[in-house]
Amino acid sequence: MQDQPFPSEIIAAVAEFLRTTVAPKSDPLLAFQAKVAANALEMARRQLEQAPAADAAELERLTRILGHGGDPHALNTELAARIASGDLDLASPGLADHLWATTLAKLAVDQPTYAAYRVALAEHGPGAGGANNKITEE
Amino acid sequence: MEADVTKPSLEADLERGLSSVAGKIAAGASGISGLRRLSGGASQELWRFDLTEGETRTPMILRRAPGGDRVSETAAGLEIEAALIQAADRIGVPVPPVRYVLSPKDGLGRGFVMGFVEGETLGGRIVKGEAFAEVRPRLARQCGEILARIHTLDPADFPTLKRSTPAELLAQWLGAYRATEWPRPVFELAFRWLERNCPPPPTQPRLVHGDFRNGNLMFGPGGVRAVLDWELAHVGDPMEDLGWICVNSWRFGMVHKPVGGFGDLGDLFAGYEAAGGPPVNRAAAKWWEVFGSMRWGVMCSGMSAAFRTVDPSVERAVIARRTSENELDLMRLLAD
Repeated sequence: MQDQPFPSEIIAAVAEFLRTTVAPKSDPLLAFQAKVAANALEMARRQLEQAPAADAAELERLTRILGHGGDPHALNTELAARIASGDLDLASPGLADHLWATTLAKLAVDQPTYAAYRVALAEHGPGAGGANNKITEE
Repeated sequence: MEADVTKPSLEADLERGLSSVAGKIAAGASGISGLRRLSGGASQELWRFDLTEGETRTPMILRRAPGGDRVSETAAGLEIEAALIQAADRIGVPVPPVRYVLSPKDGLGRGFVMGFVEGETLGGRIVKGEAFAEVRPRLARQCGEILARIHTLDPADFPTLKRSTPAELLAQWLGAYRATEWPRPVFELAFRWLERNCPPPPTQPRLVHGDFRNGNLMFGPGGVRAVLDWELAHVGDPMEDLGWICVNSWRFGMVHKPVGGFGDLGDLFAGYEAAGGPPVNRAAAKWWEVFGSMRWGVMCSGMSAAFRTVDPSVERAVIARRTSENELDLMRLLAD
């Protein structure tokens, strides 16, 4: 067992340092780059925190849809090939839900402030009740 | 001169070279001053400088191939780009006026000098800024009108521009996706849909801008002041331009405003047809929007390889991770 503090805590501290200490003391270009670096670290932190549960859930869905287990890259490659061949499509049981869940899990790590993600999360995220729960964008 | 010694050599070279062609940029101009590099992507170099004539200073922009002569495979080429802008200017498309096209003997590389146009290009400010609140409802129609005009440019005048059918472009981008060697079930779904719904080759191919979107347009209080970035111009289906400006990536958070985050489809299409464009094929425009999300997504995912080889910058890594935004947009387009 490794010691404390945890990687995600250290990463958060470095991101905060870049944002609140380095950026204000830098010229505009370097300040911009420091903020980009802070955002990148935050992304890495979110992945460390969220990936174990999200990956396990994805693996479970893939196993159900494809009918067998395996490593995630191999299963995704197989799923991609079966969609490309027309063997699986959005009408296939579980596929649309799987793609929504997987895509939303990616956005939760990559870009949780992406406006279309917020809309999609309300419609297709955990707790969304399908069509009845659909919010309109207008 | 001592001051020149301390300057980066590229800047000093450009300053000398531009000074020597000042009289060709504008008759009577005697030199240049205040040269500085503007932020620009890897596919372009943008410089700002002042043309001096006595006490008068006129701001100018130099657009140059990166490193002077590198031109990407998809780009039309700087000389063609200048010719396109000049042709567009003649038929009333708002563009920065081309003042001078570099010639090899100028020793400045490939590129051209444009007059400086004052305006806003930051997409977020266009879609949300108070300064554009009044004009915003008119922008989509204006974009339609401008595109209709661009599409009247005669492809025969630009024989070296790339000519592709929708099916050829689709095959090309499928290849680019496969080359990333990373499985993306959502992209596969998009490619299947795009293949099944692919428009036929256009009966009358038009000159297509290729990158007409919020971010490549300069806006002022009266609306569109200049159409920028002509480097992806080609000949093909005019509906491509109508779809590309609707891609969610260029809505800057205003997801319910399909045209650039500032307007509605009805206004874009009405402006296009009223200004003499061919009848809008809504299904084809939608196809090009899906194609656009896929294309930008494949480009983002390609950044991963670039990050690991030629450009290990944080920015590059972060753009690679924006691929998922396009996967989400494709899901919303195809599975909602």
